[in-house]
Amino acid sequence: MRNRSRPPLSPEAAALLSLSRRTLMRGALASGALAVSGGALVACGTKGAQQTEASCVSEDSSGSEKTLTVSNWPQYIDVDDKDESKRPTLVAFEQKTGIAVSYTEDINDNNEFFGKVQNQLAECQPTDRDVIVLTDWMTARMIRLGWLQKLDTAKMPNFQKNLLPSLKGRPFDKNTEYAVPWQSGLAGLAYNGNVTKEIKTVDELLTRADLKGKVTALTEMRDTMGLILQSNGHNPSDFTKAQFDDAINKLQKAVDSGQIRRFTGNDYAPDLAKGDIAACIGWSGDIIQLGIEDPKVKFVAPESGAMLYSDNSSVPNKAAHKANAEAFLDYYYDPAVAAELAAYVNYICPVVGAKEEMAKTDPELAANPLIFPDDALLAKTKVFKALTEAEEREYEAAFQRVIGA
Amino acid sequence: MSLLTGVGARPVGAPGSDKAERRDRRRWLPYLLLLPGAAWLFLFFVVPTIQLGATSLYDPSGSVTAGYAMTWEFSNYPDAIAYAWPQILRSFSYAAIATVIGIVIGYPLAYAIAQKAGRWKNLLLVCVVAPMFTSFLVRTLAWKTILSDNGWLVGFLRDIGLLGDDGRLLATPAAVILGLTYNFLPFLVLPLYASLERLDYRLIEAAGDLYASPTRTFFKVTLPLSMPGLVAGTLLFFIPAVGDYINAALLGNTNTNMVGNVVNSAFLSRQEPPQGAALSFLLMAIILAIVFAYVRRSGTDEVV
Repeated sequence: MRNRSRPPLSPEAAALLSLSRRTLMRGALASGALAVSGGALVACGTKGAQQTEASCVSEDSSGSEKTLTVSNWPQYIDVDDKDESKRPTLVAFEQKTGIAVSYTEDINDNNEFFGKVQNQLAECQPTDRDVIVLTDWMTARMIRLGWLQKLDTAKMPNFQKNLLPSLKGRPFDKNTEYAVPWQSGLAGLAYNGNVTKEIKTVDELLTRADLKGKVTALTEMRDTMGLILQSNGHNPSDFTKAQFDDAINKLQKAVDSGQIRRFTGNDYAPDLAKGDIAACIGWSGDIIQLGIEDPKVKFVAPESGAMLYSDNSSVPNKAAHKANAEAFLDYYYDPAVAAELAAYVNYICPVVGAKEEMAKTDPELAANPLIFPDDALLAKTKVFKALTEAEEREYEAAFQRVIGA
Repeated sequence: MSLLTGVGARPVGAPGSDKAERRDRRRWLPYLLLLPGAAWLFLFFVVPTIQLGATSLYDPSGSVTAGYAMTWEFSNYPDAIAYAWPQILRSFSYAAIATVIGIVIGYPLAYAIAQKAGRWKNLLLVCVVAPMFTSFLVRTLAWKTILSDNGWLVGFLRDIGLLGDDGRLLATPAAVILGLTYNFLPFLVLPLYASLERLDYRLIEAAGDLYASPTRTFFKVTLPLSMPGLVAGTLLFFIPAVGDYINAALLGNTNTNMVGNVVNSAFLSRQEPPQGAALSFLLMAIILAIVFAYVRRSGTDEVV
């Protein structure tokens, strides 16, 4: 019997199988028409996103509204041991000032968050957030775009008095008036002592034969490149294009030789703990956490110097409670409050005097140089230079090329 | 139901105007039912697609600060290909290899569940679907533990000499392809199961009665009858696998990045949205071409 009958097709399969040349043509024509009419709709491109103090004026209604909306990263504030929904320092602030704080942990990634608020800030519209916390380079980008409000630091005595000197007048915020460090951290080397012997320099990481294929570096361009620049004897706060190219070539060699296995975000931490990677470029906060579980996992600030980065609180344009925000940020520069916060989050505390406060409650933690770095360590740390938009794109493009994307 | 068909409950001999009204309703009802889906598609597919298409033609020398001018820059496309052709090729070859492995694993599995599992059928189906209850990301991260350098799998492969003494699976192409195969396998198995489940076992018996060998029976009866499921399954597997970048990001190294990683980098890290948009459009076009060719070919009697 030639006339085979098939079982009935599912509608999806039938739709797929019944595509003929005619429907294909019809589809192509329709999408063509759509593209043309759509093209006419968007043919004008996009407007520039630059704002200035004159072009985007924000009103402050703190006088009448005792509220504040804060957006921060997850697990970046102290919580009560018994009730995770309570945040002791925050509750104390509310009681002290009568300002009701709506605290949201909705920042997971600098670029992602940038995408989220980009359209509003480019158009000088409110983002419904009074305080946002972003890493140095993203804060720098926002300052450059004119998207942040200048703070009245005269109203912030704790901040003026207690900000760590090495964080004053950073390249992207020369007058220290836009960005208030929430917590800082170091980017440096880390190794797992169960798998390999101690590592001291960036050059060891990039060339030591026994580490081949067991090394990772960070996808965060400024951290990885800053460490390599320093290992070449150059200053990440002030370098030339040629010096950057030298550093890129050094990195490329380590990738080509198979020394570097992968470039990572935070996900290097479990790999390092398991010993799949023996050594890496990593962040001090992560390594402290790992070190609590396994003391053989150690952080090393390389001889040539480590990178100091901060996550900064800022007030975006059109945020309506700037004065409340200033009170809030200044409160966290009270050494006692800062000590309470630092004891929970384990990053570098940017507040002078917090160490002495913490010594009263937890002397061991107060002695940890990765939370309260001594002057010798701070003297070797650098902050990456503030890049123009063109530089940022050029350097990021060169770096992405090396990491394969 | 009477709404849909427009017949039934109404008394015979209703006024003529009522009849016209019913006919009227019958005419616009399908459109009304289409409306939610159409609105959804328009808002979340058509508009973004147009926007993306426009972005791919912006002047690449623009920037976020200065804005992007629409200059109908068609050269963005050749430029994007010149930049990312290794990753484009890699995406399609990894997805193709993963699809073949997926068929080798998935076909017997679907066949066993559909024809041989008896009362275990539902349980086995749940086993296929259950991993999807956890997040894609978590499942991929789990593979990092399974493939760990110090894990039992790598240890075993080293012992039997398949891997060198310092050989590894993580951060290799094998790990990426394995991740793709694992993550998209259910999309292949389920449609295959659906068509194999409907397969009439008497046809296979009949083939045996006519002295066809089991192999011949498979190629002449079973495979052709399951073709719709196989076509739908491979498409549901292949298309998302080509565009995936999570597996490459978590299980791969710098030389296993796929086109999705380049798009991600173009939009977020390098701030070159025109290039990212051009690559996305190219990917869509190539996939569409492959799908049309594939469906047309497998839809004819030559293959069946």
